[in-house]
Amino acid sequence: MSTMTYEQAMEQFDPVFGIEVHVELNTATKMFCGCANEFGAEPNTQVCPVCLGLPGSMPVTNQKAVESAIRLGLSLGCQIRESSRFARKNYFYPDLAKDYQISQYDEPTCFEGSLDVVLDDGTVVTVGIERAHMEEDAGKNTHVGGTGGIQGASHSLVDYNRGGVPLVEIVTKPITGAGARTAEVARAYVATIRDIVKALGISDGRMEQGSVRADVNLSLRPKAAAGEDQDAVPFGKRSETKNVNSLRAIERAIHHEAARQAELLLAGQPVIQETRHWHEDTGSTTPGRSKEEAEDYRYFPEPDLLPVEPSREWVEELRGTLPEHPAKMRARLKEQWGFSDTDMRDAVNADALDLIAASVEAGAKPQAARKWWMGELARTANDRDVPLRDLPVTPEHVAELQSLVDAGTINDKLARQALEGVLAGEGSPREVVESRGLEVVSDDSALEAAVDEALAAQPDVLAKIQDGKIQAAGAIVGAVMKATRGQADAGRVREIILQRAGVEG
Amino acid sequence: MSSLERADVARLAALARIDMTDEDLDRLGGQLNAIVDAVATVAEVAGEDVPATSHPIPMSNVHREDVVRPSLAQDAALSGAPEAEDGRFRVPQILGEEA
Repeated sequence: MSTMTYEQAMEQFDPVFGIEVHVELNTATKMFCGCANEFGAEPNTQVCPVCLGLPGSMPVTNQKAVESAIRLGLSLGCQIRESSRFARKNYFYPDLAKDYQISQYDEPTCFEGSLDVVLDDGTVVTVGIERAHMEEDAGKNTHVGGTGGIQGASHSLVDYNRGGVPLVEIVTKPITGAGARTAEVARAYVATIRDIVKALGISDGRMEQGSVRADVNLSLRPKAAAGEDQDAVPFGKRSETKNVNSLRAIERAIHHEAARQAELLLAGQPVIQETRHWHEDTGSTTPGRSKEEAEDYRYFPEPDLLPVEPSREWVEELRGTLPEHPAKMRARLKEQWGFSDTDMRDAVNADALDLIAASVEAGAKPQAARKWWMGELARTANDRDVPLRDLPVTPEHVAELQSLVDAGTINDKLARQALEGVLAGEGSPREVVESRGLEVVSDDSALEAAVDEALAAQPDVLAKIQDGKIQAAGAIVGAVMKATRGQADAGRVREIILQRAGVEG
Repeated sequence: MSSLERADVARLAALARIDMTDEDLDRLGGQLNAIVDAVATVAEVAGEDVPATSHPIPMSNVHREDVVRPSLAQDAALSGAPEAEDGRFRVPQILGEEA
């Protein structure tokens, strides 16, 4: 284990990093065949001769996937190549049915872009994009025997449902100059990509399900001497940490790798250029195979697929469909909603922004929508250990709930009970209010009866109120609220008590 | 004349997961060189006016609508597998590779 900290490493070295993000597209079908692209089916039930790589089968490109890739490329400020082609990347691994992956090599569809990433404090960092290319996903291996990992496994089982699912791989140029903020920039970059693909509607952006996956390349180089140009110092050897699948893990992986490499370098040992595996539980990385040289993949043009040559008219048409950049949208929403920096940051971190926006769209006031999503619902999601949007509550429910509160049908306390009912699958807030009988008792005769009963039970209180000790009414309000199981409008109850006592409120 | 070294052939064999004996390497190394030379003759007729071509048919943009088509049933998908278990393809232990 490293004894060095990230901060210490950053004091001694200048970090250079790059990130490869794989985005799984949410097309109905796979990249090159008509099998369903859907998560969670029984193993090997979404496969066909094409994605199983059976002899004689021929791939055909998914139009929608090409469209999604181009829209993503345009959102990253990329140029769209007039003629791009697919290539075979050859390697042997059981999750790859054909023993090659169809990818793009020397002619990626999208290239030379740049993306502005906004950090928490508002600092804008521009990240250069090398390329964004189309490829297919691999199947899923399960290792049997041993401890479930690959070491000591007796054999492995393969499910090809995910094999052939369309991916776009986005590769940054080396990012320099971030210094001690490297981990923060890396995290913000991946978060921005996630937000963009969600805004484009081309992926669900779920990192926990692997819809957005990141590989983090990091190297350290000596700090330039005072007055010297840091960019003149050559890059160090890099490691590539694979499959870092949460925003927090990206920061942690960079912390760990920087400290590990700094320790090696200070001890006069080399950093080996290699692939490393990220371990979420220990927050550390271990070596994988040594990074094969690019030519080891023996890339060559895919003969079974024709070039992709998007017309300039189509590209411009797609450009017209691009949503607002997430950072701009946030700034606009923050302004419109009157949220504080903290409100906004918390909502973004909880992945609640689109839920709040949809609730506002459905009629809720922004602060009310925020209160429900970031309060009661965030706590429930946390307790159930699920993402907020997986709760069985929709933005429309939240808007309806708040409209019931605003109309005085229910109070805040009853609203929480109604929400419990919605979470328990009892229906919409209105349905729960009806079925559980949660409505505020607004029928004056019922309230009057309850007040009279409470006054009769505590005769001394009436005298106190009439003596001018109006605050004594609180005891009666409490008794009435208890008798009506919280369903009375406390303000109205107080008015009735004062009427009964014959004093002005 | 191309000059694939013996080591190159051994490297290719390893990448292709083909177990080759010393005799295989000697014999196939010679044959591979002959093949590479034969292919190289194309370069003699390709003048500067002939662009490199990966797709000889002048077609592009052959795409398919994003519409789901039936997949194979699980048993059909697994029917060609030497071994299957739990609805999955069973493959030998993977050694010396990434997880």
